[in-house]
Amino acid sequence: MSMKATRDAYGEWLVEAGKINKDIVVVDADLAESTKTILFAKAYPERFFDVGTAEQNLVDIAAGLAIGGKRAFASSFAYFLTGRAWDQIRNIVAHDNLNVCLVASHGGFSATSDGASHLAFQDIALMRVIPNMRVVIPVDAEETKSVLDAALKEGGPFYIRLRRDKEPILQKPYQFKLGKAETMKDGSDVAFVSSGAMVDTTLRAAALLKDRGVDARVLNVHTVKPIDGDALVLAARATGSVITVEDHSVYGGLGGAVAEILSESYPVPVHRVGVPDVYGSSSRSVDALLKEFNLMPDQLVESAERVIQKKRN
Amino acid sequence: MMTVNELQKLSRNVRAETLRAITEAGSGHPGGSLSATDILITLYWNVMRHDPRNPGWPDRDRFILSKGHAAPALYTVLAEQGYFPKDQLHHLREHNSMLQGHPDATRTPGIEVSSGSLGNGLSVASGIALALKLDGKSSRVYCLLGDGECDEGLVWEAAMFATHKRLDNLIAIVDRNGLQIDGPTEKVCGLEPITEKWRAFNWNVICVNGHDYNQLIDAFLEAKKVAGKPTVIIAETIKGKGVSFMENVVGFHGKPTTPQELEVALKELEAD
Repeated sequence: MSMKATRDAYGEWLVEAGKINKDIVVVDADLAESTKTILFAKAYPERFFDVGTAEQNLVDIAAGLAIGGKRAFASSFAYFLTGRAWDQIRNIVAHDNLNVCLVASHGGFSATSDGASHLAFQDIALMRVIPNMRVVIPVDAEETKSVLDAALKEGGPFYIRLRRDKEPILQKPYQFKLGKAETMKDGSDVAFVSSGAMVDTTLRAAALLKDRGVDARVLNVHTVKPIDGDALVLAARATGSVITVEDHSVYGGLGGAVAEILSESYPVPVHRVGVPDVYGSSSRSVDALLKEFNLMPDQLVESAERVIQKKRN
Repeated sequence: MMTVNELQKLSRNVRAETLRAITEAGSGHPGGSLSATDILITLYWNVMRHDPRNPGWPDRDRFILSKGHAAPALYTVLAEQGYFPKDQLHHLREHNSMLQGHPDATRTPGIEVSSGSLGNGLSVASGIALALKLDGKSSRVYCLLGDGECDEGLVWEAAMFATHKRLDNLIAIVDRNGLQIDGPTEKVCGLEPITEKWRAFNWNVICVNGHDYNQLIDAFLEAKKVAGKPTVIIAETIKGKGVSFMENVVGFHGKPTTPQELEVALKELEAD
């Protein structure tokens, strides 16, 4: 299985897209090496702007460039981009519906060793609540390029959440389509709903469940907003119970979005697995943190069996 | 281009219309609207290249009202210029009105970017100035800030960036009326020495009386000649300028004139 980091795919995509589309400009806030915008900076230095460690300025400069007719990509770590520049994203980029793609690296558990200040567990909630904003979490490096293609074609504000580490390129039984949730594995007993790095985890959990005679469906909701309500209802109808799995707070992220849809449209037992109402902490191993938050495949098997039980009751 | 006499005459009319609109709306920010009026008039009648019949004209100069609460003065100026019918001024702050409480680029012709949350304008203006340079355009970007607004850290992030990128097509104006909501700027969180601060950020700094049209016109002419760095015009102004009972009164920052106060104010503005 080939491995690649989503942030590397972003850097490569910028260079490819920037060759064809001369309106593409990139702004970074002193993290170009980490977000991989450095690749664009080297290829097209005249269209790359580093504002230094100033995230509010990062977003407003990108907004100004967009108002001036450019297609702006602004990058930083997930927490800094969404947390430090929320006002600029809400009041300028999204309100005025500007052609700004906010592409964050280090989403979820990427910044594990850096600890609470860097671990982005609230970014999806922060972005999802803003009108006009589209929120996408690519499942792997390959999908990252499709997401960026779609965002460039679509225009308007996007929040695209990427990760630091090398991850497997998954076998996907679909062509990426913005706003359309995709079934990675069919199943009728329970539905795992996840996005990004957690899709691979849920596929592993589904494989473990199969050994125990449980047929689990796996849904990749790469587009958290606008969310594919029809696909969620379809999965709930087919399985009768849903587990959301996310590298984010269980408040306001994918789990929240799924609960909002299903509680109104097709109520079934929903169990949200993710980061509870706590900060992350430094860890030398991602697995240790994942384990703390019940996000390892064997732990998801237990959660699945509990929610299936709830359905029967 | 208008003569100084004509500009002064116009300014009394703009001030009157601004106060009428705020009074009719029943809320708004008269103090900072009146302090900014002469700056706005200078820009729209004697400085900027723009076309009210074609607000999206690619070669236009851009104006950004970073101190968004002075929207009523800007709306009056835009209406006088013909960006939209003057009748719209009666609908300020009405439900779904074209004229929102703070500037909304998605609703109002002539507004380049929305504002109201302070501190964003100069940064966005810098981004636009950068885009204009990338495209080899000669248009300039003008950005009006409040002095209280300079409390916002983002203003200084932008100030640093604009000089670093040598944005000589960017001209900021600080409406230095000395008052913010909680009191005099020097009592709330001192801004002085404000000119030295901008100089230290390597801006070209020009200080003027923000109600003296000759000084304002000269300052903008000088700013246009400066190469290699942005210019900031520190315009010393009077909050509530033009209406004696409103001048230098903190309370008129965000309190509308009552119909009775408006009557007195209009008499004074018309008598001048």
